[in-house]
Amino acid sequence: MSLVNFTTREITCKIVYYGPGRSGKTTNLQYIYGQVPDDRRGRMVSLATQTDRTLFFDFLPLDLGSISGFTTKFQLYTVPGQVYYNATRKLVLQGADGVVFVADSQLRQLDENLESLQNLHVNVLEHGMDIRTLPMVVQFNKQDLPRELILSPGEMDDALNFRGLPTFPADALHGAGVFETLKAISAEVLRKLSEGAATARRG
Amino acid sequence: MELNPRFRFETFVVGASNRLAATAAQTVAASPGSAYNPLFFYAKSGLGKTHLIQAIGHGVVERQPSLRVRYLTLEEFVEQYHAAVAAAQSDAFRRSAEETDVLLIDDVQFLAKHRELQAELLRLSEALQAAERQLVLTSDRPPPEIQDLDERLISRLSGGLLVDMAAPDFETRLAILRRKASERGMAFASGVLETVAEISASNVRELVGLVNRLVAFQAVSDTPLTPLGARALLTGEVPESSAGVATAPAAPLSAETRDEFSAFLSAVSRTVAQSLDAWRSQVGEAVMRWRGEGYRTTRLEQLLQHEGTPEVEGALAAFAADIEELRRLETQVAELDAAAAGHARFRDPDRLDEARTFTARLLEGTAPPPAPSAALTFDDYIEGAANEAVVRAARLVAREPGRRYNPLYIAGPSGVGKTHLLHAVGNALAAAQPATVVACLSAQAFVEELVAAIDGENVDRWRRRYRRADALLVDDVQLVAGKERTQEELFNLFNALADAEKQLVFTADRPPAQLKDVAPRLITRFEGGLVVELVAPDRTMREKMVRRLLESQAVAAEDDVVQYLAARPADSARAVQGLVNRALSAMDSGDSELTARTARTAIEGRVSRPSQAQAISSPIPSGLDPTLSSREKIVWDWPDAGVRLIEELR
Repeated sequence: MSLVNFTTREITCKIVYYGPGRSGKTTNLQYIYGQVPDDRRGRMVSLATQTDRTLFFDFLPLDLGSISGFTTKFQLYTVPGQVYYNATRKLVLQGADGVVFVADSQLRQLDENLESLQNLHVNVLEHGMDIRTLPMVVQFNKQDLPRELILSPGEMDDALNFRGLPTFPADALHGAGVFETLKAISAEVLRKLSEGAATARRG
Repeated sequence: MELNPRFRFETFVVGASNRLAATAAQTVAASPGSAYNPLFFYAKSGLGKTHLIQAIGHGVVERQPSLRVRYLTLEEFVEQYHAAVAAAQSDAFRRSAEETDVLLIDDVQFLAKHRELQAELLRLSEALQAAERQLVLTSDRPPPEIQDLDERLISRLSGGLLVDMAAPDFETRLAILRRKASERGMAFASGVLETVAEISASNVRELVGLVNRLVAFQAVSDTPLTPLGARALLTGEVPESSAGVATAPAAPLSAETRDEFSAFLSAVSRTVAQSLDAWRSQVGEAVMRWRGEGYRTTRLEQLLQHEGTPEVEGALAAFAADIEELRRLETQVAELDAAAAGHARFRDPDRLDEARTFTARLLEGTAPPPAPSAALTFDDYIEGAANEAVVRAARLVAREPGRRYNPLYIAGPSGVGKTHLLHAVGNALAAAQPATVVACLSAQAFVEELVAAIDGENVDRWRRRYRRADALLVDDVQLVAGKERTQEELFNLFNALADAEKQLVFTADRPPAQLKDVAPRLITRFEGGLVVELVAPDRTMREKMVRRLLESQAVAAEDDVVQYLAARPADSARAVQGLVNRALSAMDSGDSELTARTARTAIEGRVSRPSQAQAISSPIPSGLDPTLSSREKIVWDWPDAGVRLIEELR
């Protein structure tokens, strides 16, 4: 998938929110949806089960308007968190320009976080992408829960962030940290443009 | 109206929203009247129209102080026009307007109110364009949207370049704020101006107003302004800790979060601008530049549509190199065929190959005119008292072509060395400067070439071939006698070359005044330079010639042989050569050494006279160049009268 299309003068970024089930990926998107002026957002597509679990995926197109002469569009996706939907996850991950890993800060979800992270690595690898060059940030969600139930951002960082990615504590339900995360992943993704340019020059 | 000294290109902040306008303005300032005429800016109030149009004025004055630049608003234009009409001076008004080299008219949207002036402006713009004088106009809307505007005026104003200027984007706003702050000598804490820039201002004046408020506030405040304080001051919002969101996730929703999306947008804009704009604007500027110079920029435009980031510097350098080559080819072609030079193939780097082929073919068709024979140089030319003056004149001409004696006319009987001298001058001219094109040929060849050119219907090309020459040397010019067309061509060529200070040298068997059947206008031109006469070689020269000829044949000769041969009467260099050749042939046939005696016998006596049969079968002694016939040789070859009679009886 092309990040910058000079023919149509478009920048299109596909950002995938990844993470274990019930970690708050859809909540992130919903909060963003709520903040975006009506004319800037497309219809949020959400295929959920009756119990509000993401069955297939969520899709939120954002139109950022003309930036430096380019029509800039962000496409935000979430993957279904449950383990048995791996085929869908893989499909959604295809062509992603960046990944937000939404981790559940609850102590008892630590294993699920690790398992999902491993699953992400496997799927990325199967798409022939390099996890080391794929722009990625980690969000430690649910930091608003009682202190005794959760791990602090520092502890979460120790447990999950062995690659030293940018991390963001968040409370997606109330919106804290949601846009910080989005800003960070956007910057990472867009920065890859200039890196791409540098590689092109070297090549 | 005077130009405002602050409104210059250096003080104009260029951003994505006004880059096209700024580039167009600079192009016009660099070459008024030729790039975009008229140039029409339109933009909402406060976006820099007046700044840019006055910057053009400053730019022109700086580069070409002699040009008359006039800046006025439409209202002033109207006033002056009305005053002129009232004073019955409307002609003077028109004249003065038409004689302005760069006319800058601001705010022409008010034309709607002055219908009588529309016709005047239409006429004026036509006159300015016809005289290649620059007209620049600004308006708050494009011409078709100005109410009640004459259709012809709309098309006239839209005929040059219409550029709009949009509201500044974040980066431009920030750059403007920084510049304004530094102009006012005020330094703000980091982040303050960035915050102000995020407040979207629809025009630059508003931004300047914001800076003024900050400056005023900062001047009376003890503590430096913080970003949040600045925002509160300018928007009336109560500052709240927005930094707390990330570090304290449980914090309640604040007013700041309302604006989260705009902040996100600004952040994205900044990143995109950083990663994209650098090379895009580089290419964009190159496109503007080359387009302004009239070249096609398809290749660069394709580069802009490249996916990913292409290798920009190399591509731009290659493009510039191609244009450089196109220019070179065009100059070459222009010398040969001015009309072909303007062709589009010289304006499109993608058609470089075509331009190359075209130029090569054109050059091929016009091969350089015949060059002097390399064998005949000054080194071989034998000088003596008899021809000293002539040779000196020839050498001077070779040293300073076109300036000393133009034309040089060498008269003299056959065989005295005119042709040798002519070619020697040609060779010296060609050797002095490597690129010199020397045309050196006999008048007979000149006539034949012209006839062939007329036959092949390429007289123009034939003419260009000779016009390219840096020197024209014509041998035996008396042969143009009676050939009117040749004389006419020679006359025109003479004038063209003489006007360009190119050297002309002619030889003939008689002085100009004695040329028969040659147009007087040519004769007077031949006489206008220096006429010199070559005479028969004297004895010392003959001696030198004999020595040189014998040396060239590697024959060791006694001094008395040389003296004998030099003493023989000979009225030309060729005659001397004939003598030497005969002496040599006698030596060859007798297998004896060349002595004064053999020479004398060969030339005067009949001792070694060939047998009759030999005389008939080979009337020319072996070893003699048949073309070099002299009178003495002919006498020698003449068979006995008896033999001749018998021949004829048979």
